[in-house]
Formats: sequence, structure tokens, C-alpha cells
Amino acid sequence: MKLLLLPSLVVIAVFAAALGGLFRYSVLEFVPGSLTPGGFTLANFRAVVSAQYLGYVWDTVVLSAATTVLTLVASYPVAYALARTPSRATRSWLLILTLAPFFTGAIVRTYAWILVLGNAVVTWPIPMLFTERGVLIGLVHFSMPTMILLLAAAISHVDPAYERAAASLGARPGRVFRRVTLPLSLPGIVSGSLIVFAWTLSAFPTPELLGGGRVKMIANGVKDLALDSFNWPGAAAFAILALGLTLGLLSVVGRLAARPAPE
Amino acid sequence: MIGRVVIALLVAFMTLPTVVVVIASFNPTAIMSVPPAGLSLRWYVNALTYPQFRRAAVNSLVATAAAALLALPIGTAAALALERGRLRARNLWTTLLLSPLVVPGVAAGLGFLILAAALGLLRSRTVLVAAHVALVLPFVARSVWVSVRNLDPTLERAAASLGATPWRTFRRVTLPLLRPGLIAGFLFAVVVSANEFVVSLFIVNRVTEVLPVAMFTYVVNYTDPTIAAISSLFIAATVTIVWLTDRFVGLAAVFRLDR
Repeated sequence: MKLLLLPSLVVIAVFAAALGGLFRYSVLEFVPGSLTPGGFTLANFRAVVSAQYLGYVWDTVVLSAATTVLTLVASYPVAYALARTPSRATRSWLLILTLAPFFTGAIVRTYAWILVLGNAVVTWPIPMLFTERGVLIGLVHFSMPTMILLLAAAISHVDPAYERAAASLGARPGRVFRRVTLPLSLPGIVSGSLIVFAWTLSAFPTPELLGGGRVKMIANGVKDLALDSFNWPGAAAFAILALGLTLGLLSVVGRLAARPAPE
Repeated sequence: MIGRVVIALLVAFMTLPTVVVVIASFNPTAIMSVPPAGLSLRWYVNALTYPQFRRAAVNSLVATAAAALLALPIGTAAALALERGRLRARNLWTTLLLSPLVVPGVAAGLGFLILAAALGLLRSRTVLVAAHVALVLPFVARSVWVSVRNLDPTLERAAASLGATPWRTFRRVTLPLLRPGLIAGFLFAVVVSANEFVVSLFIVNRVTEVLPVAMFTYVVNYTDPTIAAISSLFIAATVTIVWLTDRFVGLAAVFRLDR
């Protein structure tokens, strides 16, 4: 039985080798005009904390925070409906409509938003395409399926009997929601928000296409360095910063999830 | 009532871009007009005859088929080992197996690019397929694992006690019972691999590029609705696959929404 794990370990080892290469390049010297790096240096990490790249990091954090809040607000009602609808058909349809964009792929979705946001009739009088607002809309749309699934899983674990009990004791629907449903689904809210935040930190196609070169997040900086300037060591250092931010946040999620749920 | 309107609006927001893309793909003019000036299939003809898309479609087909067919047995074996293997560090193995999900695309992409350069494989598809296998493996393992967990071991013991060899038991009892998970896992692998973009962008060139990368390049350089046509084909394929997954296993089970 244990041997069955072996093939997947080979795959993980290849993945680890790729990340190992990333770490190795991040401490090697960039030789302009060559893909072969020079000797050991920490200059790449010093460059990453320069004003230009810290600006990318700041924009990334602000956009990610805004995306998380808006995604949470927009996803909760859909997640609630998904978890609570008595009709099997409604649940199936909501789930398919929720998941379809999840599976449509980044390029198709982002192109779709170019069409919508680039249409002056739709967005008049506020320009949207190639602005942070436009990128924000694209990011929220991108994150909603994930958030809805995580919230729906949390809400479906809240026993509806508690809500009925509160209502039968005279609480109005708004109060039932605020005092019973919301606190009991808090674990889902926290983990959903942290996961969306962490994923948005490394968003790439949405800012690349909807930002039109004017909005740069960390991943866009990595791509510019690696594929346009051929500065693989610099890109590696910047990518490791993104990796560290993402993994750091997700480990917080893991620790929260490992704690027993409050009674 | 207000609740229903809010939910309808939010679902509309989620589906709006998809609807717009499909409408734009049938638009006869290069600049979209509302309401459309007529119906036309010229962008579909354009999309299907553009040489770079054809080449990229073949590359996508090869990479996705290879990745899904490799990941299916590997992921199934991993799911069986994790559920049945009485592993000491089960949580650690699970985390490792799922780790490609949490690594930012640009980090993994650049890592695979550096790996390809180190191995002298910059011109081959080997690294592309290896990267796709790693990226779809968590989805396969997860889907199959749901089926393994629901599998009643007494059925296998019954087969064995009636004289079936372990291999025969596996083939005639275990595999058929795992079928929903296997189908879901395979479909997931196909959808995730066919849509994978960021990692692929780093490790392909003009000759080996896959469809999402070719589409990205087209969007950056041209503004006509050819992309809308090819996107519509993509959406149709994806919706079909998601619907099939729901039919076979129930999406609620895969995402642990079942009560």
C-alpha cells in the first residue's frame, strides 16, 4: 500500500526541483545579455526592496485587501442560497453557474471583462479598462467561485435548527442572521478571506490584461523581469517574495483550521 | 423576495462576461455593437483557420492528454495509499501532494523554466507535461479520494473470501466502485490542464505554446472578436464537462457540500 505513494512522490520531487532552481537563481548574480547567471550575491533581494518593486508590493496588498472584502460581501448571499436551498435542482444550477467561471480559464474570463469594461456604453461615465477599478472588478469576479464554495461548506455545517430556535424565540430574520448564522459561519469567513487574499497576492492574468501595463502587481513584475528583461535571478528573488507572502498567509489559515471550532 | 433579487443579480454578475463573450462571437463587426447588427460566423472561421491557434490547439491536446493520462493512475495510487496505507505521516504526505496548489503560478513557472534550462529541455514539451502533471495531480487525488472514502471494504473482503486474487478483487470490485471518482478526477485534470496559463507562459515557445498562451498573445496584439469565438468554444466545452462531472459524481460530493 505504501509503495503506491511512490509515483506521486516522483512528481512532487520534480516540482521541488523546479522550486529549488528558483531559490538557487535568486542568490546568483544577473549577467546582462546572458541567461547563465554569475556567482553568489544578495543583490537580487536588495533590488526587490527598492522603491519600484516595493510600489508593486504595496499596490498588490491594497488591491488584494479590497478584493477580499468585496468578494466576501458579494459571495455570502450566493453561498447562503447554495447551502440552504431545499431544491436539489436549484442547488445543482447554482453550483454549475458558480463553478463554470472557475473552470473557464483565466484568459477567457479576463478577455470577457475587456469586452465588458472596454464598452463605453456599459461603464460610462467612469473609465474602467486599464485602471485599478477595472482590475479590482476582474479580481472579485475571479475570486467569487472559491469564496462561495468555502462559505457554502461552512454555512451547510450550521444546523438550521439554531436559526429556527432563534426565530421561534422572536428574533427577526436580520437579527437571526447577525447573532446566529454569521457567528457560526465565521470559520468559513476567516479561512475564505485569507485564501482569497493569498491567491490574489499572486494574481497575474487579470492585472496583466485589465491593467494594460498601467497596473502592476507582484506577478506582473516577476514576468516583466523574467520574460522581457531576461533577468531570471531578479525575477526569482521577486517570485520568492510572492511565495513567502502566500505561504505565510496560508499557514495561518492552516493553523486556524486545525483549531477546534467554537461551540 | 429581496434576497432572491440580490442572488439573481450576483449570479448575473458572475455570468455576465460569459454571456457577453458569446454575443460578441456572433457579432458581424469587429467592434461590438449593442444590439448586434446581425449574426455572423466569420470570427469562428477566423479562429479555426488561424495557423497559430491550430498549432496551439494540437499542442494543448498533446499536453493535456499526456498530463491527464499520467496523473490519473498516479493520483489514484496516492489516494489509495493515503486512505488505506496506515501512513505514519499522513498529514505531511497530503500537504506535500496538495502543495502545487498553493505555490504562485509565476514562482512555479519560473522554477520550471530554470529547470528546463538546466536540463537542456527548453525546446521540448517534457517539462510542460511534467509541470501539468504536478498541477493537476491534487485535483485527481482529491476526486478519487472521495470515492475511496465511500468505498465499503467489506465488499472487497467478500470478493477475497470467495476466492478472488488481490488483483482480481481490485479489477472487478475496487475499480468499478471507484469509477465516479476516477471519471471526475480525469475530467478535472483535463479542464485544469487545458486552461492552465501562467506556468505554461514561462515554459513554452512559439512552437510548443498551448492554446491559453496563444490566446493571451492574440489578446495583447489584436482587438477583434476572434478570441470571443474561440472563448465561446472553450466555454461550451467547459460547461459540458462540468455538467458531466455533476451527472457522474455530483459536484456537491467533490466539494464536500453534501450534508
